[in-house]
Amino acid sequence: MKRVDLSVGSGGKAMRDFIEGVVLKHLGNHALDGLQDSAILSTPGKIAFTTDSFVIHPLFFPGGDIGKLCIAGTVNDLVVCGARPRYISLAFILEEGFAMDDLDRVLESIKDTAGAAGVKVVTGDTKVVRKGEADGLYINTAGIGEVVRREEGRVIREGDAVIVTGSPGDHGVAVMVARNEFSFEGNVHSDCAPLLNLLPLWEMEGTKWMRDITRGGLATVVCEFAEEMGVTAVLEEGQVPFSPPVRAVAEILGIEPLYLPSEGKAVIVASADGADKVLDYLRGAGGCPEASVIGAVQRKRAAVPVILKTVSGGHRILESLTGELLPRIC
Amino acid sequence: MPAPQGVMDLGILREEQGVRALVEEVRALLRAIGREVQLMEVCGTHTMTAYRSGLGLLLRKMGMRLISGPGCPVCVTPDGIIAAAARLVQERPGVILASFGDMLRVPASDCAIMKLVPADGSSVRVIYSPEEVVELAKANPQKEVVFLAAGFETTVPGIGWVVKTCVQEKIPNVSLLPAMKLVPPPLKAILDAGELHLDGFIYPGHVSVIIGSEAYRFVAEQYRVPGAVAGFEPADLLFGILSVLRQIRDGRAEVEIAYRRAVKPEGNPLAKRLIAEVFTIGDAEWRGFGTIPLSGLFPPGELCALSRFGIKAESGWESAGCRCGEVVRGIAEPEDCPLFGTGCTPERPLGPCMVSYEGSCLIHFKYGREVPL
Repeated sequence: MKRVDLSVGSGGKAMRDFIEGVVLKHLGNHALDGLQDSAILSTPGKIAFTTDSFVIHPLFFPGGDIGKLCIAGTVNDLVVCGARPRYISLAFILEEGFAMDDLDRVLESIKDTAGAAGVKVVTGDTKVVRKGEADGLYINTAGIGEVVRREEGRVIREGDAVIVTGSPGDHGVAVMVARNEFSFEGNVHSDCAPLLNLLPLWEMEGTKWMRDITRGGLATVVCEFAEEMGVTAVLEEGQVPFSPPVRAVAEILGIEPLYLPSEGKAVIVASADGADKVLDYLRGAGGCPEASVIGAVQRKRAAVPVILKTVSGGHRILESLTGELLPRIC
Repeated sequence: MPAPQGVMDLGILREEQGVRALVEEVRALLRAIGREVQLMEVCGTHTMTAYRSGLGLLLRKMGMRLISGPGCPVCVTPDGIIAAAARLVQERPGVILASFGDMLRVPASDCAIMKLVPADGSSVRVIYSPEEVVELAKANPQKEVVFLAAGFETTVPGIGWVVKTCVQEKIPNVSLLPAMKLVPPPLKAILDAGELHLDGFIYPGHVSVIIGSEAYRFVAEQYRVPGAVAGFEPADLLFGILSVLRQIRDGRAEVEIAYRRAVKPEGNPLAKRLIAEVFTIGDAEWRGFGTIPLSGLFPPGELCALSRFGIKAESGWESAGCRCGEVVRGIAEPEDCPLFGTGCTPERPLGPCMVSYEGSCLIHFKYGREVPL
C-alpha cells in the first residue's frame, strides 16, 4: 500500500494488516504485540499521567518531525513534574491518501525518540478520515511516569534562582523557516528533544520547580511560575542565551523572542545556595552547555508576575502571551 | 562610543556595557543642558524600541520625554477608507480584500473588517508583502482583488511594483484603496500648529533609507528644530538622541544621520524614481489631522478602487471617547485617554493606536506601565 486508505481505520482485517505490517514493525514490544484492548501495566508507586495532541504543520521540519515531537512533548510533561516516563499511548488520525512512506518515517522517529527516552508505546489507535477532513496526520499521545521527586524542600523563597536550560525559541523559528511563510532561509534546527537529562535534578536538594518551555515561550512559563507561587520574578534580559537565528528572525518580524516556542528547553527554579550545583550538573553531565541563571525570585508586587531588567538598564513588566503574534506592516 | 558604520559592527549594539555607557552619556548631556527636553520620535517602531527596552521610562526619570509622532501607518489611516474596504467586501460578491493584518482589527463605523461577514464569493486575505497581491490576482482571475494599500515611503516602493506589474502585464483585476502617506508633511503640520513644544525630532530609520535625510532639511532651516535619523536597536535610538542633545547643547539645528549603515542624505534614488513614476502626490486625509496638503500618494485612476467601484471614503466615525486622533498628533499621551487600559485593551481595541504593533497605546499598555521596584 502506497497511501493510507479508509480501510486502514476500518477495524477489520486491513487495519490489522496495517498495524502488524507497519506499526509493529517499528514499535513492537511485549505489551503492544498482543494487540489487546488495554495494556496491563504495573508501577511501583505514585504515577504521573499526562496527554497531549500534535497538529504541527509542516509534519517534517529541521531538527524533528511530528513523530519525535509527540513522544518528546509527552515525555517532557512527565519529567518536569518529577516523574520517570515509562509508558506511552499513541493514537493517529490520518487523512485518506496520506503517503505510507511518510508514515513510515514518522514511526521510525517515534521508535528512536521513545528508545532514547526509555519509554514503551504500549497501546494505540488508528482512525482515518476522508480526504480534506484533516490535514495529513494528527497524533495524540498520553504518558504514564513513576513519580521520583521528593516533596520536601521545594518551598519557593525570595532569592531563589531562575534558570533556563538553553537558548529558547529555536523550535518556533525552525518551524517558521520550514513553512517558508516569510521566505526565510537559514540553518536553524528545532530544539525538539526528550528532556530525560533533567530527571536527575529531582534528586538534588536545590531543585524546586521545573517546566518545559512550549507555546507561550520563556516569558509565559516564568509568568505561570510567578502567578502559581505568588511571587514576582525579576529577569535579566541580557542573561537569556538566545541563539543568533532567533534574535534575527524576531527582530525582522518584530516578534518578542521571549514568546517564541521551544520543545526542548525548560525553566528551573533552584534555591539560592543550590543553584550552582544545578548549573554545574546542567552544563556538565546534563548536556546543556548554555544553561544560565536568568533571574531571581523576589517578594510579590501586586499584579506584576515578572519584571524584565532590560539590556539598557531600564525595567518593564512582562506578562504571559496574549492573543497571537501578528507581523508588523512596515 | 562611535555609532557603527557597517552591518558587521552590529554586535556592539547588543553589548550591555556599551548600551549603558550611552545612557550615561545622555544623562550627562541632559545635565549640561539643564532643563527638561522633549523630543518627538516620528516612527512607531522607535516608540516600540524605546518602551520595549525600558528606555522610555528610564529617560523620563532623567528629564527627557519622548513623544510619539504620526509614524504608525495603521494609526494615521482615516476611518473612511477602512469603512469603504469593509463595505466593498460586505456588499460586493467576488471581491478579495487584501490587507496587512493590523488594519483588519481597526474598529470602523460598522465593525472591524476581521469581524464582518463577506458577501458570497468574497473574502479577506492577510498579506505580508505587496507582491502577494499580484499572485492573488493571477490565481483568481474571475475575482476582483482590492488592496487596502496603507504605508509610508518604506512600503510604497513595493506597492509601486504591484501597480507597475499590473500595468505592464495587463492584469485587469487589481485595484488599490489608497492610504499611502508621506512622512515629512505631517511634521510641517505639527510645527505649524504649534500645539506642542518640541526640542527636536528623531527621524524614522526605514523611511529615511528611501527618502534620505535631506527630506527633513526644512525642519532645521525653516523651523530651527534639530533632528537626527536613528536606527531601531536601543543603542541606535540612543545614538540618535545623543546627536539631537548635542545640537541642543550647542545651539545648532541640523539634520544628522545616526544610522549611517543604512541611510544616505539622498536616500535611494531607484526607489524614489519608482514612486514618482507610478504615483501622484495629492492632498490626503490623516486621522487626527484632517487633510494635509500634498501628503498622500495616489495610483493611476484606473487602478483606484474608489473610482472602479464608484464608492467614496467618508470619514467622521470614531469610538465614543477614543482619543487616537490626539495621540497621533502627539498632544495626548495614551494614559490621558479615559478608555486606556479599561474600556480599550489589546484584546478589545477601540481605536487603531491600541491595535497596531506600532501604535502608542498598545506599546504603552504592554511595555510602558510604571514598574514597582
